[in-house]
Amino acid sequence: MRTLLSVITALFLALPAMAQDTAPAPDRSATGGATTLEDILARQRGEEVDQTFRRENLGDPDSAAGMASQLGTLGGSSDPELWRALRFGSADITVSSGGEVASVLIQDGGMSWLEFREGPLAKYGGYLLLGTIALLIVFFILRGRVKLDYEKTGRTVTRFKTFERASHWLLASSFILLGITGLLTLFGRMFIAPYISKEFNATLLLASKYIHNNVAWAFIVALVAVFFLWVWHNIPNRTDITWFAQAGGIVGSKHPPAKKFNGGQKIIFWSVILLGGSISLSGVSLLFPFELPMFMKTFDLMRSVGIESLPIYGPLPIGLAPHEEMQYAQAWHAIVAFVLMAIIIAHIYIGSVGMEGAYDAMGSGEVDEAWARQHHSLWLEELEAKGKAAPKDATPAE
Amino acid sequence: MRAMFMGFAAMIVIAVGSYFVLQEVGYSAEARGSGNAVRLD
Repeated sequence: MRTLLSVITALFLALPAMAQDTAPAPDRSATGGATTLEDILARQRGEEVDQTFRRENLGDPDSAAGMASQLGTLGGSSDPELWRALRFGSADITVSSGGEVASVLIQDGGMSWLEFREGPLAKYGGYLLLGTIALLIVFFILRGRVKLDYEKTGRTVTRFKTFERASHWLLASSFILLGITGLLTLFGRMFIAPYISKEFNATLLLASKYIHNNVAWAFIVALVAVFFLWVWHNIPNRTDITWFAQAGGIVGSKHPPAKKFNGGQKIIFWSVILLGGSISLSGVSLLFPFELPMFMKTFDLMRSVGIESLPIYGPLPIGLAPHEEMQYAQAWHAIVAFVLMAIIIAHIYIGSVGMEGAYDAMGSGEVDEAWARQHHSLWLEELEAKGKAAPKDATPAE
Repeated sequence: MRAMFMGFAAMIVIAVGSYFVLQEVGYSAEARGSGNAVRLD
């Protein structure tokens, strides 16, 4: 009996889904094949509406009413036909300047982009940043600061030279400014305009635009410098496996051996290089609108290796208007930036309050030998072997 | 701290420099998006 009830319940639950799958095309005879009320309601409910009946119904000028007849006042084709042709990109548009871009008069993909930007992007991006900060606070409360196990020796070793540190701070300061101005651009209308004033938000946005567009070049320069400075030390090796197996010593009391950069730092480095590189590429594409479209080429490349669709996103689009290229670039730019911001927040935590002595590496460039032995023992041994570190029995400098 | 300030100074120099360089090159919406038949002022 229980089994029978389960089967009946399952059938009832499945019915709406089955009905959805087999739903016939709406009867549009009452409107002569044009949009019906049901089409409009379905669109308002956020359902996918098959636009084929409109896209392929662009009118036939030969069968249009004559100029002198009642419906012929507009000549060979009516307004709806013209608007439909404009919307679906089949109208023959000639512009005096601006080229292909200016010939796109209606681009309804912009609405999806706007909804994405104000909806999921702002919502989940915001949650990601706030969630990362909350997690770090909880982690700090539970784990506390990673302290030095041994007394400081007073002897220091040079961790980073001046040029390395200046490059790091160039990258860091530009990224923080870009992050803040990017967030103001996205969230200003939601959180500043309604609570402070629209004028203040507008001034802030204008300043943000100038800062974001020009500081971007400093970020790119620093990214290239940092890549060449540290790529050699960030090539993964066997010690990283041990480092990850022991959770980097952050959880527990063990401090796994590491060279100049440990496994976690290598994750940060490659995240900055790859995500920062991707943000830079999409950013340059946005800085020079319509000049450097990248997404259609990327989608074509993906299709050529057999990737036809993406999880969550669905099938890859075919044929993008120049404006859609920009919309994709902006969406990608923001998504990757959110991910990198979350990673960098964690990096800032561990480099400041999260670990005793870590800031010195980028502050003065000199770290205590005890710190180096605890966190980068293999690197310290290399320095000692090269005679670049003070011998263990040396007395600290006055 | 000196390295940090050098980084900040480099950022300001590059940002301001890029602004003037791009202006000099003539890359602006007005320069790129309009033709002789379009007068924006």
